[in-house]
Amino acid sequence: MSIRERLSGNEAAAIAMKQINPDVVAAFPITPSTEIPQYFSTFVSNGEVDTEFVAVESEHSAMSACIGAEAAGGRAMTATSANGLSLMWEMIYIASSLRLPIVMSLVNRAVSGPLNIHNDHSDAMGVRDSGWIMLFSENNQEAYDNLLMAHRIAEHKDVQLPLMVCQDGFITSHSIENIELESDELVKKFVGEYKPQHYLLNDKEPIAIGPLDLQSYLFEHKAQQAEAMRNAKKVITEVSKEFEELTGRKYGFFEEYKTEDADIVVVAMNSTIGTIKYTVDKLREKGIKAGALKVRVFRPFPGDEIAKALSKAKAVAVLDKADGLNACGGALFTDITSAMQLNKVLVPTVNYIYGIGGRDTKSSDIESVFADLQEIVKTGDINNPYRYLGLRK
Amino acid sequence: MCEKINNNTPMEDMTMGGTIYEAGNAKNFKTGDWRSVKPVYIPEKCKQCGLCFPVCPDDAIPVNKEQKRENFNYDYCKGCGVCAKVCPFGAIVME
Repeated sequence: MSIRERLSGNEAAAIAMKQINPDVVAAFPITPSTEIPQYFSTFVSNGEVDTEFVAVESEHSAMSACIGAEAAGGRAMTATSANGLSLMWEMIYIASSLRLPIVMSLVNRAVSGPLNIHNDHSDAMGVRDSGWIMLFSENNQEAYDNLLMAHRIAEHKDVQLPLMVCQDGFITSHSIENIELESDELVKKFVGEYKPQHYLLNDKEPIAIGPLDLQSYLFEHKAQQAEAMRNAKKVITEVSKEFEELTGRKYGFFEEYKTEDADIVVVAMNSTIGTIKYTVDKLREKGIKAGALKVRVFRPFPGDEIAKALSKAKAVAVLDKADGLNACGGALFTDITSAMQLNKVLVPTVNYIYGIGGRDTKSSDIESVFADLQEIVKTGDINNPYRYLGLRK
Repeated sequence: MCEKINNNTPMEDMTMGGTIYEAGNAKNFKTGDWRSVKPVYIPEKCKQCGLCFPVCPDDAIPVNKEQKRENFNYDYCKGCGVCAKVCPFGAIVME
């Protein structure tokens, strides 16, 4: 039976980490994820976990320590945001290429500059091709649930890739909402023990990891990573199903909200989807067939499945909380439209860059997006597909 | 397992992340072709003083059971010239 609580997103992430009880947590504080290692270090001091907490001097060292711990045969976790993730960047690639299933809680924040500490997705988008599995969370509940499922996905023998659980800085990390927690025993049983096949501290099998990998080999090793990312789709589905059987909370690659008969659909990730669902309900009351699609699994990208889900719509808007700065569109938009094209789903689709640097996105903003989509359905006219939402004119 | 992996091995048969599961395999990686100058051993001038082989970074100077040095192992000598520098008798020259 689930336990009713009220927690912030950061608290939810820290509680998940406590229940997972990893061997090593190495982290460096950075807004807005600071509270996660802060709460966790309290659990360590109070003897509530067996974890070795490494208070490192930078995020580069945080990820390096996680790599060392995971390679040694332990379970390692960390948390960071924005420029912290930027400083980890070199080691982010090392972690995934050495196939170390490290789990990170990424509390999304704008990457400077100019300096901004508020929420957007530019930090996550900067590592979207680094070989990490990326799960996005609408609220504290999903941040908690995604973390409970993380190790089962990341450590699976057909996957063995690191995984990050994203949630929106401040918007969910610092707001307290109701949440259903699972018991320590249930989490312990569900997550299970980590038994790596090969690890550095195994005195019966001396190994070397991360050797020189020149022209004859690196290509194949990268292709192995790509294969593991494709395998992750099946594993995510299996683990999510098992999680649902235990908790009653259902998770797929994405969540469809009233899309069944929807003419106009808005796609987004993380907290904004709550505002979009609220707007969908308001429009439905007026008889407008609006729907929403929330992407939970961004890497591996469920392109075929999303394209199929959008195939019945008459117009689609994809909201990106990070600008591509590429004269082409945001990352989610370009991924979705290329998947639609490959699946011959030729629904008019536009992109909105929104919420940059924590710019508030209100239901009236979302209403304007749906109004634009209605106009596109009526006229068939897209004009400019690369648009802004909430930008001063 | 790793010894069988070469530049014809398909990805399915390669180890995950390039991990090497055997110890002491540096000998499989011949680095002698990195050399641009080569040390030449002149046995007539050599007094077997034993100064050269400890300084070789690549273990490219074999020592036999009688504790006597033999000719260079050019499979691994990178031609750094440290041995020639330490030899007091001019028994090693760089060419």
